[in-house]
Amino acid sequence: MTGTTGSVATVTEETGSPYALSHLDALESEAVHIFREVAGEFENPVILFSGGKDSIVMLHLALKAFAPAPVPFALLHVDTGHNFPEVLDYRDRTVARHGLRLHVASVQDYIDRGVLKERPDGTRNPLQTLPLTEKIQSEKFDAVFGGGRRDEEKARAKERVFSLRDEFSQWDPRRQRPELWNLYNGRHAPGEHVRVFPLSNWTELDVWQYIAREGIELPEIYYAHQREVFQRGGMWLTAGEWGGPKDGETVEKRLVRYRTVGDMSCTGAVDSEADTIEKVIAEIAASRLTERGATRADDKLSEAAMEDRKREGYF
Amino acid sequence: MSTTTTEALSDTTLLRFATAGSVDDGKSTLVGRLLHDSKSVLADQLEAVERVSASRGQEGPDLALLTDGLRAEREQGITIDVAYRYFATPRRRFILADTPGHVQYTRNMVTGASTAELTVILVDARNGVVEQTRRHAAIAALLRVPHAVLAVNKMDLVGYEERVFARIAEEFTAYATELGVPEVTAIPISALAGDNVVEPSAHMDWYGGPTVLEHLETVPVSHDLAHCHARLPVQYVIRPQTAEHPDYRGYAGQIAAGTFRVGDTVTVLPSGRTTTVTGIDVLGEPVEAAWTPQSVTLLLEDDIDISRGDLIVPSQDAPATTQDVEATVCHVADQPLTVGHRVLLKHGTRTVKAIVKDIPSRLTLDDLSLHPHPGRLVANDIGRVKIRTAEPLPLDSYADSRRTGSFILIDPSDGTTLTAGMVGESFAAPEPVKDADDDGWDF
Repeated sequence: MTGTTGSVATVTEETGSPYALSHLDALESEAVHIFREVAGEFENPVILFSGGKDSIVMLHLALKAFAPAPVPFALLHVDTGHNFPEVLDYRDRTVARHGLRLHVASVQDYIDRGVLKERPDGTRNPLQTLPLTEKIQSEKFDAVFGGGRRDEEKARAKERVFSLRDEFSQWDPRRQRPELWNLYNGRHAPGEHVRVFPLSNWTELDVWQYIAREGIELPEIYYAHQREVFQRGGMWLTAGEWGGPKDGETVEKRLVRYRTVGDMSCTGAVDSEADTIEKVIAEIAASRLTERGATRADDKLSEAAMEDRKREGYF
Repeated sequence: MSTTTTEALSDTTLLRFATAGSVDDGKSTLVGRLLHDSKSVLADQLEAVERVSASRGQEGPDLALLTDGLRAEREQGITIDVAYRYFATPRRRFILADTPGHVQYTRNMVTGASTAELTVILVDARNGVVEQTRRHAAIAALLRVPHAVLAVNKMDLVGYEERVFARIAEEFTAYATELGVPEVTAIPISALAGDNVVEPSAHMDWYGGPTVLEHLETVPVSHDLAHCHARLPVQYVIRPQTAEHPDYRGYAGQIAAGTFRVGDTVTVLPSGRTTTVTGIDVLGEPVEAAWTPQSVTLLLEDDIDISRGDLIVPSQDAPATTQDVEATVCHVADQPLTVGHRVLLKHGTRTVKAIVKDIPSRLTLDDLSLHPHPGRLVANDIGRVKIRTAEPLPLDSYADSRRTGSFILIDPSDGTTLTAGMVGESFAAPEPVKDADDDGWDF
C-alpha cells in the first residue's frame, strides 16, 4: 500500500471541526466496517475480482481492514474468455503479490462443454451468471463481495448492502430485508448466501478520487492509449479474435481509454486524452454520460435489463 | 464540477438525508428536480426518461421516472422500496434515502431515517398539515433525526401566497417542537416549476431563507457524537501470527460514539475487565486519538479475553448491563411479533437469544394515541416492548446514542429481520398521549 497519508481524518475547511470526517474517510470507514462484519459472521466469504477498478478498490479496502494481518478471503474471477490481456496480467500479479487464493469460474469451459451457447450478438456478459452461481454452490461460499455501486444503475439503487440470495442466487427486490442503522443481518439458511456490497454508497467519482488518494495501481487500459478499435452499436470495441470486426466494420487506431472493464464483446472504449489520474478525474467530473451509458452495451438491451439479470443471480 | 480540483472535491463532507411525503405531494418530482437542477442527471439518463415519457404521451420529461428503479414501480407509478441516490455539489456530497410515502411502507421510512441526519417532509400547500405529515414528523422524532425540513410544495397552485405558507409552517413547527424535533426549517417551493429547490424563486420575494439545496449544503453535520460516551463494539480480533507480527493482537471495530485516546483506561463489557489503551491503528497507521465513525483497531496493555460482541468503553463512563430491555420498536416484517416470541437480538456486534415478555402499548400513528396491551405488533406498527435477553447487554439509551441505543430483532428460524428497536424511555405509559405532561412526549 502506498500513499495512505490521507487515511487519517483531516479537518475540513467547511466546518473547521476537528471531528468531521471528509466524505472519502467516511465512505472508507463504512466499507471497512462491512468487511469486518463479514469476517466476523461468515464461514466462507469470497471477493468477486474482475481486475476492474471497483474490485481493485474493494481489495485495497480489505487489505487495510485487516492490516497487519492478511486478507481472510479468497478471490473469485468469472472469466468470460474475452478478457483484456492487460487485466488478466494485473489479476495474476495482484494474487501473487498479496499471497491470495484465486478461484476462476470459466464461461469458455461452459461453452466448450455445451452447457452454454454463444449468443447471436456475441456478448458474453449474461453468460456469466451460471458459472458464477454454480461456483458459489460448489465451493459453498456463504458471503460473496461484489463491487456494485448504487449509483451505477436504477435497479442497483434498490440494492441492500447485505443482499440475501436463495439457493439459485436469485434476487427478489420486493422481499428484501429492511436495513436499519449499521446493523447488517447476515443470517441465512444452508444453500443460501449473502451478496455484500461494501461500495454501495460510493459514486464513480468517489472511486477515482480514492484511487488517486491511495495511489492504487490500475490496469493501464484505464488511461488513454492508442488502440485498434472498430465501431459497433455506437461504441468503440477492441478488435480481436473474440468476434470483431465483422463485414462492414472497419478497424482504426484511436486514442481511447476504458471507464469500465468487462467482457471485450460489450465493453466500449471512450475517446480520451486522459493519460494521468488527474486528467481522468477531471474528465469524469465533466462528463455528461454515466459510466454504464457510455460503455456498456448489455444494459441497453431493455429498460429493466439490469433488474432482470440481477434477479437471475448476476452481481 | 469540471472546474473543481481533486483536492477540493475530496475535502467535502457527507450528508445523509431522507425524504418523506404522501403519494401525491410531489416527492419524486422534488427528488428529480434536485438531481436535475444540481446537474446530477447525466445526458443518457435524461434521454431515457424523455424517451419513456414521450412513449406514454406525456408532454415533458417525467422527472419521477429518474427515481423509480423497479419494473413494478414504473408500471404502477409508485415507489415501493427505499432507493439510495447520490449527488454532489462543490460544497458537499449527498446520500439521499428516497422513501415511499404510503402508510403501508412506514417501515421503509424507518429504514431511510435510521441513518439520516436530516429529513425533508413534503406537504401540498393546498392541503397543509395532514395526518400523513404528522406521521412523518412522529417517525423523524422517534428516530431522532437531528434536522427536519418542511418543504411546502405546489406554491404555484396557491398563488405563491405568503400567508398560506406561514400558516402551514407555524402549525407544523409547533407540532414538531412538541414531538421533540430539535430543529425545523420551513421552505416554500414548487418542485414542478423549480421554485426554491435549487434556484431562488422569482415569485416569492417575501421569502428570505435558503433554497432546499442551499440548506442541505450548509446544515451542520452533527459532530457532537465525538464528545459523547466513547463506545467501541468489537467486530473482529486481528492476530496476524506472522514472523513480522508474532504478538500483534488488535481489537477491530467502528467507533460507535465518542473518542478514544492512547493512554485511556478502558473497561471491556460484559466481563468488566479493565486495562489501558496502548495503541490505536486507523487502517494500518498508528494515531494518538480516533473518534466516531472511524473504523479502528485498539491495542491494549493486558492480554485479556476479548472477542467479537464485546464492548470497549472508558472505565469512568461505562453503561449498565441488563437482561431486561425496554424499547420503542417499529415492526418491519410481515409475520407479527407476539408476546412469548423467541427471537435473536442484534445489538452492535453482539447477537443474543431473547424472548418478548410484554407488549405494553401500540402507537396509533393517526392521532398518536396509545393502544394498551395490543398482544401483537404487525407490519408497520410502532409500539413499546419488554424483552428478556439470555445474556446481559451493555445498553445506552437511544436518546444518547443512535448507534449503541439501537438493535434489531431477528427470527431465528429463517433469519428475517423482524423489528427495529430503540432503547429507553418513550411513550411508555399506556394512557393516552394527550395526558402527557407539558414537556411533551419523551420519545
